[in-house]
Amino acid sequence: MLLPIHNDYQRFRKIVKGKIREDLRKFLTRSELLGREGKKFISIPVRGIDLPHFRYGDNSDGGVGKGDGKPGDPADGDEGIGPGGEQEGHHLLEVDISLEELADILGEELRLPRIKPKGKHRITSERDRYTGMRQSGPESLRHFRRTFRRALRRQIMSGLYNPDAPRIVFERRDKIYRSWKTVLKPQSNAVIVYMMDVSGSMGDEQKELVRLEAFWIDAWLRRNYQGIESRYVVHDVRAGEVDRETFFRIREDGGTRISSAFRLARELIESRYAATEWNIYVFHFSDGDNSSESDSRECCAILREHLLPNVNLFGYCQVASAYGSGNFINVLHEHLGHEEAVITSRVNTKDDIYDSIKTFFSPGR
Amino acid sequence: MSRVLPRDIVEQAERIADFARREGLDFYPTVFELLDANEMAQVAAYTGFPQRYPHWRFGMEYERLRKQHRYGLGRIYEMVINNDPCYAYLLNDNMSVDHKTVIAHVYAHCDFFKNNVWFSQTNRKMIDEMANHATRVRRYVERHGLNEVETFVDTCLSLENLIDPHSMFMRRQQRKDHRSSAPEAAEKGPPASGRFPAKSYMDRYINPPDRLAKERADEQERAKQEKTRFPTRPLRDVLLFLLEHAPLEDWEADVLSMIREEAYYFAPQGQTKIMNEGWASYWHSTLMTTYILADEEVIDYCEHHSGTLATTPGRLNPYKLGIELFRDIERRWNTGRYGPEYDACDNMATRREWGKDKAPRHRVVGRGSAGREKIFQVRALYNDVTFLDEFLTPEFVEEQDLFQYRRDPATGKMVVVNRDFEKIKQQMLFLLTNHAQPYIYVVDGNYRNRGELYLAHGHSGADLDIKYAVATLKCLQKFWKRPVHLSARIDDDAVLFSFDGEQSSQQHIDKNLEKPAHVL
Repeated sequence: MLLPIHNDYQRFRKIVKGKIREDLRKFLTRSELLGREGKKFISIPVRGIDLPHFRYGDNSDGGVGKGDGKPGDPADGDEGIGPGGEQEGHHLLEVDISLEELADILGEELRLPRIKPKGKHRITSERDRYTGMRQSGPESLRHFRRTFRRALRRQIMSGLYNPDAPRIVFERRDKIYRSWKTVLKPQSNAVIVYMMDVSGSMGDEQKELVRLEAFWIDAWLRRNYQGIESRYVVHDVRAGEVDRETFFRIREDGGTRISSAFRLARELIESRYAATEWNIYVFHFSDGDNSSESDSRECCAILREHLLPNVNLFGYCQVASAYGSGNFINVLHEHLGHEEAVITSRVNTKDDIYDSIKTFFSPGR
Repeated sequence: MSRVLPRDIVEQAERIADFARREGLDFYPTVFELLDANEMAQVAAYTGFPQRYPHWRFGMEYERLRKQHRYGLGRIYEMVINNDPCYAYLLNDNMSVDHKTVIAHVYAHCDFFKNNVWFSQTNRKMIDEMANHATRVRRYVERHGLNEVETFVDTCLSLENLIDPHSMFMRRQQRKDHRSSAPEAAEKGPPASGRFPAKSYMDRYINPPDRLAKERADEQERAKQEKTRFPTRPLRDVLLFLLEHAPLEDWEADVLSMIREEAYYFAPQGQTKIMNEGWASYWHSTLMTTYILADEEVIDYCEHHSGTLATTPGRLNPYKLGIELFRDIERRWNTGRYGPEYDACDNMATRREWGKDKAPRHRVVGRGSAGREKIFQVRALYNDVTFLDEFLTPEFVEEQDLFQYRRDPATGKMVVVNRDFEKIKQQMLFLLTNHAQPYIYVVDGNYRNRGELYLAHGHSGADLDIKYAVATLKCLQKFWKRPVHLSARIDDDAVLFSFDGEQSSQQHIDKNLEKPAHVL
């Protein structure tokens, strides 16, 4: 039911979202958000929603409390009739916001176009909807009102009903139960293949950047597609598929052969994800240091022949590393610079994430 | 919006009202409404009224309350407003015994609102007034746009504590044009009190003409000075000053005057929180246990009641403090534990036994004992500060286990400092005075003869928060349009904060700096 205060409430939410948008660049660098993935609502501290007024400062903090304790003992709880009246303070406001809303803010601020999913939407999701009735079923599904009405009707018709002393008794044949129908809903789907170079040159800092970037890519794509599957591939000289946890944690050593990852990605995609049904996104994170020129050229070949024809977007994100030569991005530009589906970006620090996301998704693929 | 009150609650409310009146409570007719959790949160966010002017802070408060309720962190049992008739709201998923407790509690609140002198000047038709404010603001929103109006209201709210609660009891200043000074004083001539009484033949010696002439000249000079001092004396009602002299549009002045009205309406509630809650708790307890509780309700009642009065160690609960102090006063006046003789006695044992035989042996109804008579009187005349100042005793402080705490600079944590009565009393009074808001005065409306506004903080033991002060000065400048200043003592140093519309600055106040019209 809509109350008058919902206007003020919506206004408040709007202002909060506005504040998040203002600070979006900073927001994207916040790693605390990562811990709350998977939960529907994220608590975000929002600054600046505070009306200033003349008040006492903190050097008058102290007050009167009630309880046990000798001088020097901690006063449990830190407010009593304290300064400023009762519960006032420099508290940061914590606001609950859903991942969807965050993604919306991201989209608005970065001016990202909505992705138009391709495919016949033949993949469907199943849902059970309890809209039907039937004559038999488990007691937990009994429908009281219908049953009651049938019993009432029967009693009236047979003259057993006494309006002055109404007393309805159910019989077996009065009982009605709820039943369900399985409904198929077509939905748009995407698969994201994340690939990361975990050779010696990728340190913890770089992995942190990748985590943050992957979080936001995920958030935006989830907003645009109803069903998302994610696959994770790590590689050094060889590639292997791993789960999400390992993807962000693994530590390898040694050289780098990027083509191994691309080959594995191709296998993964061809095995399960028909390009006609799925919207395929492939992201590769690396410091740009490949073992050999020839391998880099091979990567481009794999991309050109097998991957690019089927994917919506191939995103290459080069993180800066002290050890890497950072040449791979140049090779990509040289061979595939004209390809629409190839988008590259550099991320050296957390602040670059903002621009990187914008680069990847501005074309609206 | 709300459900019709069930028949049985209506009957209960009437029953309880009868008992309340029998006990001497005197209240306006009270209307009860039954609300669900969302509706209750709305009413609470709107500080008890069905509607307020549109503003996001009500939405913010609403979200906070819903979250609190959802996570089980706190439940609002009741809300009641100072109005004639009194409106009160009950939460629909409370038990019936809770409703009865709340109803009793509410009647006592209403009695307090009606009879306490600090409320005597408040608008008893505030519900209509709030609705009226809402309509006016909405009209301005339509005309000038939500953002503009909202930004203006934000600024007003920053300044809403700049009122003078005592001014409600002085003849309210009529809004006047600042160009009209006080012509009467200057033109009438100096008071005739310059003359000493003397017999006519001695007059020439006792009141020499040249002395009289000189005094008259001095007086006229003083009056001329007064006329140019603007304002004529330091003003705490900064909002009124702004209304009369700041370059505001008509609609802006209207909005500011509404916010000022509302601030004045709520001011007494802030000043009497402990007394009001204590009074209401005292009476719900008395009425329930004497007349209303059914046997099977006792346990649920106790749970509710003790929850209201619960005090987590280290905190102070105004309900608990208030009820205990009222009970203490009642006991003391029943046993004569007051007055110069009692105060002079310093034998603890004697004090404890004092007047025990005088205490009433049977249940007292209404004002039927000295103690009861006294608390009725107290509830009419005092506010939290005078309440504590007069009635807090060393015995009470000890009985209630009160202590003073401070933040330990080494650990940053709060620690118990002492249980010294004088210090505790002083601390409580300080924190309550002016509802813990700083005293801010307008001391010059034409500083440096350049139309600059100069405010001063009347230091009474605590420094201002600098960050907030600087931010608030900016808000002030938005209204005044010309540079604004605030003088304050920070760390024992006299500092002048200024904002000219672009830059904030602060400087040490020394004798070379031009003084404002009044120096506090």
